[in-house]
Amino acid sequence: MSGTINIDGQNIPFEEGQTIIEAATAAGVYIPHLCHQPGYTPHGSCKVCTVNVNGRNCSACTFPAVEGQTIVNNSAELEQDRRRMTQMLFVEGNHFCPSCEKTGNCQLQGVAYHLNMLDNHFPHFFANREMDASHPDILIDHNRCIFCNLCVRASREKDGKNVFGISGRGINKRLIINSDSGQLKDSDIDVNDCAAHICPTGAILIKRTGYQVPIGKRIYDHHDISEVALMEEREHGK
Amino acid sequence: MANKIKVATTSLAGCFGCHMSFLDLDERLIALAEVAEFDRSPITDIEHCGPCDIGLIEGGVCNSENVHVLREFRKNCKILVAVGACAINGGLPAMRNHISLEDCLLEAYRDGIGVENAQIPNDPELPLLLDKVHPIHEVVKVDYYLPGCPPSADVFWAFLTALLEGREPSYPYELVHYD
Repeated sequence: MSGTINIDGQNIPFEEGQTIIEAATAAGVYIPHLCHQPGYTPHGSCKVCTVNVNGRNCSACTFPAVEGQTIVNNSAELEQDRRRMTQMLFVEGNHFCPSCEKTGNCQLQGVAYHLNMLDNHFPHFFANREMDASHPDILIDHNRCIFCNLCVRASREKDGKNVFGISGRGINKRLIINSDSGQLKDSDIDVNDCAAHICPTGAILIKRTGYQVPIGKRIYDHHDISEVALMEEREHGK
Repeated sequence: MANKIKVATTSLAGCFGCHMSFLDLDERLIALAEVAEFDRSPITDIEHCGPCDIGLIEGGVCNSENVHVLREFRKNCKILVAVGACAINGGLPAMRNHISLEDCLLEAYRDGIGVENAQIPNDPELPLLLDKVHPIHEVVKVDYYLPGCPPSADVFWAFLTALLEGREPSYPYELVHYD
């Protein structure tokens, strides 16, 4: 079964089983997102993909496309909501872009640029988060983790392992590592695993690869994340 | 020109990199000088801020003097602007925020490599450090934000020309960056 949904006045076809974001991406319509990645089980945690479906807000990455839906994606109100949610992610962790190897290639930064986020609005938590540099090839900086669950899903769904998990709730939520010591070096992660490369921020980095691409040639230096994501994700859908 | 707009600038817990970037306006500084004059600023050496139209604040708030200066600017400036990463989110100085102030001082002045005649500075003229470095919007109301480490001269120019022409500032994609 297939059908048509309407996003911001544009009729968009969908196939049975597609989510709203999948149908939108296939049709070249960008919906901002962080925890969503094509090919992974939807998680619906970052809420940046919030759209209005028939009058109610919901996550485009988890909500199925259903015949006749009228969806608002681009509105001043939704953009403000998304900006506030992104600001919350920034103040909850410690995101100091000038000192981060991921800067210029970071999806959190890319989404913030897309949303024209000029400030962080909220008081900063300055949370006390640890680093795990124990692994010879992979660095974990918990300061930059946004709990998108992508490394958890990548390890389980793609790598056939179970290296990561999210533990605790609310303010005590944290990324944990499945090893006796709790350290990455004692887990069975490998530098070539999907889980080592999927992080949308600078929380999981491959050592000795930082700053190799000069300023001006990084992913989001000249291209809005909407262009980059649509290109990559439509490629993935083919 | 009698009715020039008045601009004040200062660097709190910053590195003066934003001020250097402001000077990258180069020949546009001459055009700016036609319509604006500087009050308190490292450029003028005026020590206290009088009534101003625009106050540009570089750096976050790390000590008691920063708080006084920031409040002086807020009191005197119609429009207060957070300039650069440190003013907006604390920046690199705020990376000390997860270390206790005592440990910071001990590492810098007593236990660090190469320290001689170890003593923690305690001259009464020195402003007391705050236990954490804060973005300026946590202390005063801020009207505009210019992100970047530093914001490029083009960002300053886009902002100032918009204000002078009575427009709401907006920036093309390439001018908004956090690094």
